[in-house]
Amino acid sequence: MSEHASGTYGANGHRFPGRLFIVEGIDGSGKSTQLTLLAQWLRSEGYPVVFSEWNSSSIVKATTSRGKRRRLLTPLTFSLIHATDFSDRIEREIVPSLKAGAIVLADRYVYTAFARDVVRGVPPRWVRTLYRFAVVPTQAFYFRVPLEVALKRILSGRPKLKPYESGMDLNLHADIQESYKLFQSRILAEYERLVEEYGLTVMDATKPVEAQQRILRRAIKLHLEALRPGRAHHAAV
Amino acid sequence: MPRFESYGDGVPGVNPEELSGWLIVIEGTDGVGRTTHVSRLRAHLERLGYAVAETGLSRSDLASRGIRRAKEGNILGSNAFNLFYATDFADRLEHQIVPALRSGFVMLTDRYTYSLIARAIVRGADPDWIQQVYSFALKPDAVFYLRIGVTELVPRVLQNGGFDYWESGMDLPMGPDLYESFIAYQSRVIAELDTLARGYGFETIDATQPVDEISDYLATRVSALLEPADRSLDERRAGG
Repeated sequence: MSEHASGTYGANGHRFPGRLFIVEGIDGSGKSTQLTLLAQWLRSEGYPVVFSEWNSSSIVKATTSRGKRRRLLTPLTFSLIHATDFSDRIEREIVPSLKAGAIVLADRYVYTAFARDVVRGVPPRWVRTLYRFAVVPTQAFYFRVPLEVALKRILSGRPKLKPYESGMDLNLHADIQESYKLFQSRILAEYERLVEEYGLTVMDATKPVEAQQRILRRAIKLHLEALRPGRAHHAAV
Repeated sequence: MPRFESYGDGVPGVNPEELSGWLIVIEGTDGVGRTTHVSRLRAHLERLGYAVAETGLSRSDLASRGIRRAKEGNILGSNAFNLFYATDFADRLEHQIVPALRSGFVMLTDRYTYSLIARAIVRGADPDWIQQVYSFALKPDAVFYLRIGVTELVPRVLQNGGFDYWESGMDLPMGPDLYESFIAYQSRVIAELDTLARGYGFETIDATQPVDEISDYLATRVSALLEPADRSLDERRAGG
């Protein structure tokens, strides 16, 4: 992994007994499908699995929803409210689970914030400092997909786009669908930079689902040798 | 040169060149008389003809409700709380402070980033990290730190309705006794504010002095701060 400025995210790895695997990629990259399949497999193998989703802490979620609904969020507060939510998950979910020896799977991680917030105009160094408290994953997978493929998957299946996820606050285009395309293309470009910067493992997300899953499982297995599956913990987490 | 600058990279989309006005901060622990002095200062400045606006901790449109709810249940991680306050501050900076400065108001703020930095450090945040998180904040024209020792603080807090759960640091492992926790917690907050006072160059005011003396002093100091901008006008009025 590359060098990271002290005082920013990534300078220190974690030494907890558990494992943390995360998936990243733009909407329509198929990362969530892959992670769900991975969780099912790991559970069936008897590993204690904790599934952590972006934007899920209930108290903070109410504020985020309010900010989105009433269009109160600016690039700065958008960044901070998501960091607040993420911090709560780190403190109360991810770190305790890792300490307990669980396999934690996260759908989106700090890289989502790095890509999205920087596209919104937040200084890259500042957002990397903001997330310094985040645990560095055991392995991070980036699902690389051409923009057109992702757009086709999203725009054919779900016509109702939300203003913030379409980057409407950036005034890229008056039409929400056009704005969404422009916003996603910028996020994609930012992700490519992050692959380099943080040594993310690139997955070819144009491959068939089951082929990707095979590759993913093979990669994960390498990190599980020291972890012993225990049926007893299965239901506990 | 712009009137205002940030500690760090600034607020995305805000051009400091557009800002005029004044940003005046009153800092200090709970029960030190900040509210009284902010309202007296406001009345004084309005008598002089200045437009005045006010803000204070957790008064944002975005996050105030969430913070209140989280406090009621104590169900938010400690660092998440730090960032929730930062969100609240950023919202107020962008939606209250910046617009007021753009319009040439005197912005009086009842506590600024410093109290939030102090409470975060006491709760285990790395001092360097939390200060960098707040580096988008504008540097105020002046920070008046109403300082009081913890022993002098106790009778005031009792008079004002007693010990508050959060202001006593009851969310921290400082023991089950409210009074003892208050003493331990406030001592640490005061120590952190003292450190920040040195680092950021606050003007420290002994808050054990009589209230009228303090408010007269603040009025004089703030008037002096605002005066240079008006001098040319006064001179012209006096005929050069």
